[in-house]
Amino acid sequence: MSGADWLLICDAGLLALAPLAMFACRRSWANGAIHGAALILCLMAGALALSTLLAGGAAQQVVLPLGLPWIGARFRLDALSAAFAAVVNLGGAAACLYGVGHGRHEREPQRVLPFLPVFIAGMNLVVLADDAFSFLVSWEVMSVASWALVMAHHHDPANRRAGYIYLLMASFGALCLLLAIGLLAGPAGSYAFDAIRAHRVSGRVAGLVLTLALLGAGSKAGLVPLHVWLPLAHPAAPSHVSALMSGVMTKVAIYAFVRIVFDLLGSPDPWWSVPVLLLGAATAVLGILQGLLQTDLKRFLAYSTVENIGIIFIGLGLALAFRAEALPLAAALAMTAALFHVLNHALFKSLLFLGAGAVLGATGERDLERMGGLIRRMPITAVVFLVGAMAISALPPLNGFVSEWLTFQAVLVSPQIGATALKFLVPAVGAMLALAAALTAAAMVRAYGVAFLGRPRSNAAAQAKETDPWSLAAMIILAGLCLAAGVLPGFVIDALAPVARTLTGAPMPAQSAQAWLSIVPIAESRSSYNGLLVLAFIIASASLSAFAIHRLASRALRRAPAWDCGFPEPSAATQYTAGSFAQPLRRVFGARIFAARDQVDMPAPGDIRPARFTMLVRDRIWEGLYQPLALAVGWTADRINRLQFLTIRVYLSLVFLALVSLLLGLALWD
Amino acid sequence: MGLIRDLAIQGAQMLLVLALSPLLIGLVRKVKARLLRRRGASLVQPYRDLWRLMRKEVVLADSASWLFRVAPYLIFACTWVAAALVPTFATGLMFSWTADLIAIIALLGSARFFLALAGMDVGTSFGGIGSSREMMIAAVAEPAMIMIVFSLALLAHSTQLSTVAGYMLSSNVGLRVTLAMALIALILVAIAETGRIPIDNPATHLELTMVHEAMILEYSGRHLAVLELAAALKLLLYVSLIACVFVPWGLAPVGSGLAATVIGLGAYLGKLTVAGALLALFETAVAKMRVFRAPEFLGAALMLGLLGTLLLFLSRGGLR
Repeated sequence: MSGADWLLICDAGLLALAPLAMFACRRSWANGAIHGAALILCLMAGALALSTLLAGGAAQQVVLPLGLPWIGARFRLDALSAAFAAVVNLGGAAACLYGVGHGRHEREPQRVLPFLPVFIAGMNLVVLADDAFSFLVSWEVMSVASWALVMAHHHDPANRRAGYIYLLMASFGALCLLLAIGLLAGPAGSYAFDAIRAHRVSGRVAGLVLTLALLGAGSKAGLVPLHVWLPLAHPAAPSHVSALMSGVMTKVAIYAFVRIVFDLLGSPDPWWSVPVLLLGAATAVLGILQGLLQTDLKRFLAYSTVENIGIIFIGLGLALAFRAEALPLAAALAMTAALFHVLNHALFKSLLFLGAGAVLGATGERDLERMGGLIRRMPITAVVFLVGAMAISALPPLNGFVSEWLTFQAVLVSPQIGATALKFLVPAVGAMLALAAALTAAAMVRAYGVAFLGRPRSNAAAQAKETDPWSLAAMIILAGLCLAAGVLPGFVIDALAPVARTLTGAPMPAQSAQAWLSIVPIAESRSSYNGLLVLAFIIASASLSAFAIHRLASRALRRAPAWDCGFPEPSAATQYTAGSFAQPLRRVFGARIFAARDQVDMPAPGDIRPARFTMLVRDRIWEGLYQPLALAVGWTADRINRLQFLTIRVYLSLVFLALVSLLLGLALWD
Repeated sequence: MGLIRDLAIQGAQMLLVLALSPLLIGLVRKVKARLLRRRGASLVQPYRDLWRLMRKEVVLADSASWLFRVAPYLIFACTWVAAALVPTFATGLMFSWTADLIAIIALLGSARFFLALAGMDVGTSFGGIGSSREMMIAAVAEPAMIMIVFSLALLAHSTQLSTVAGYMLSSNVGLRVTLAMALIALILVAIAETGRIPIDNPATHLELTMVHEAMILEYSGRHLAVLELAAALKLLLYVSLIACVFVPWGLAPVGSGLAATVIGLGAYLGKLTVAGALLALFETAVAKMRVFRAPEFLGAALMLGLLGTLLLFLSRGGLR
């Protein structure tokens, strides 16, 4: 049996867990058993996918006698599928391991346990699917299962609203993908991906497919302006599901985009990269700016997911541009950067969401303004969260820096592109990328500083307890992987080489042969980076200086009240809050984009009414796009509603009219 | 033989930046004092300050966590590693391929990340104000810096600082508009990043105007000494960066003999003196800005960097 067969068996096992969980979910052992079984299946599937990828990713096809009778259900494991399956199962395994411990506190396990394995299996099947039918069915299984998980805590009206909006956006996205694949299949109607590859579409139809793929996959991934559901739905789910949705499901959406645009669609036009780059840059900057305004920790993380999706799309846009200009090496570099960031984001975003879940479990709080000082109460969570925060802020020597560095290197080879529009666009996109990275660092300092440092702002934070060992193990493994991918990036790049080769026609130069495990994307005189040595140098010089100072100068230490310029204030409310930390950035960037305004109502001296501070922020995308849309839909529905109360004669004449107009249309068409 | 020589140069470079950075601070203070018609402290005063701080006991706030105690050493280490990779008197540093210019900027970003966290650790309002403002300034300064790196990298076909310096030394540079823009932008960024007037005042202790000083307000003893040294290293790093890219004359090229190295050292000392004097002159001539003017100041740097990069994108085929 081939690797693809075994992967499908693992997915079938995951699907089979669902009915089991439905019957057993009220038992005390159910949580551990279901999560544990899912963990083992994920690990097996992940190992299979990884070994296929490392073996070079030769395509293996499986046709099952399911689905549509004339094509069956086709599945295919090639380099691209294997890379994404590895990411999906890695994230799935971490979430399941975390769930073994965290899930015990779940009040309604029957709303989580049956859907979680289905969700993971759905994502696996999407990346394996090789015909339109099984692709779309798996996509919908993934969407519906994740919707059910979002609705797990449906007693909260905010969660119900989130679920509703998610359902609407998911239907919209699926519709777009359906149309995109329909156009790809063409009038011949060959829905197997092999047949689509054999008959490429071109010209205007190809442009339409690109647009639909951007809308369909982009709405699932969270591209601005289709991201509105994401910051509502991702935080609403239980935390390990949030980690899966943010860290992994958005990657499946990226997979769908890459599969359709790079694999099925054929040779790109030069202008294709323009919308991708524009949307990517806008998503990166707007996502993190909106994140900076949030005080809900999980919602902030969801906005940061939006930002990272933007970074990935910037990489994909560059790869498209290079491919259109027939620069395969540069395209491979940009593609590798995007895929590397896919892996990185899956690692650190899962880690951060799991950390947020640990904080939520320990304090019952998602609001940053009621946390503080958790570094003393939850020391291990604080360390791993710090690793995740540094990694996502693109700081060396962790993994987030490597993928951003590769993206910058891809921007630096882009003057070779001939198209004038891109010559203007690419440097600006590079600046946006740098801005997003700097803003992320600010946002992470804010989140970490307010939640974990300082003094506790509420009793719950002061009484917090470290989370359970299972959850800690999941987070420690993810943090270790963040570090490993940061100091040994050459191995990741080499593992991704088959994917880059199949998608862009050229692989990156092999990195594992480089001296000292450096990475050298093009040539050593051009650029190189060595995370391992950077880490070694930092550790060496930090410990050397600490040792020398303690040995030669002084090691005396005394505890005392904080200095605070001579006026220490015992109340924890005088600390900087998340809102006040963001105020300068809100004022600099938010005044235009969000119409952010601060209103201070300061009573005159002698007046005893309290002073008030109000912060006004507007979400222009919601107000400008979605509210009018909702109004228009409501208005139209009201008008159409009249059709319900007509007589039978009018209905018959309407049917007749419809028939005549359809026939007329057909007659004119031919 | 070559390996030993390279190692020696790398080691000498690391020790040199560490040894010279307090001197640069002393020089700037001295020149500033003379310009204000004061006599000023001696040039070696910063060394005495550091030594005295190191021997004092640390007074640690009750609410400080382990992060507060570890952060100074990490900040120092990141800054030192970054400073050790910028060519000062000789190009072709042994480990220059470890981190290119983008990574050096990011290493400084790591140092800033820890500094901002340390500012928030004790839980006082001044620490928070410093961290919040520092990250706001960095959010504009970092993209500007990346744009400058882009300009230089597109010209020199490399982000490797040694290669960039080598390219600037070669005869095919010529006068370029982009270079002028990059120089001005880099100076603006350097002023902001090192916390000098008009963005931040290193001598201030007026609470509401502090940025860097507010973050390190709770530090004392050896921790404060290490942080002061890191700040001095950062100033030296930016001066060296400007010197090695825009006035590379005198840099000992790869594989040169002792004479060239000595000339390189002399030239470097000369450049430091001039830069320190110019910085002092600039600082006495301008007034500190309001905090919310800083983004405009740095926005100019960002625009100059972006414009320079755009010019390069449009004017040439770029890297091959």
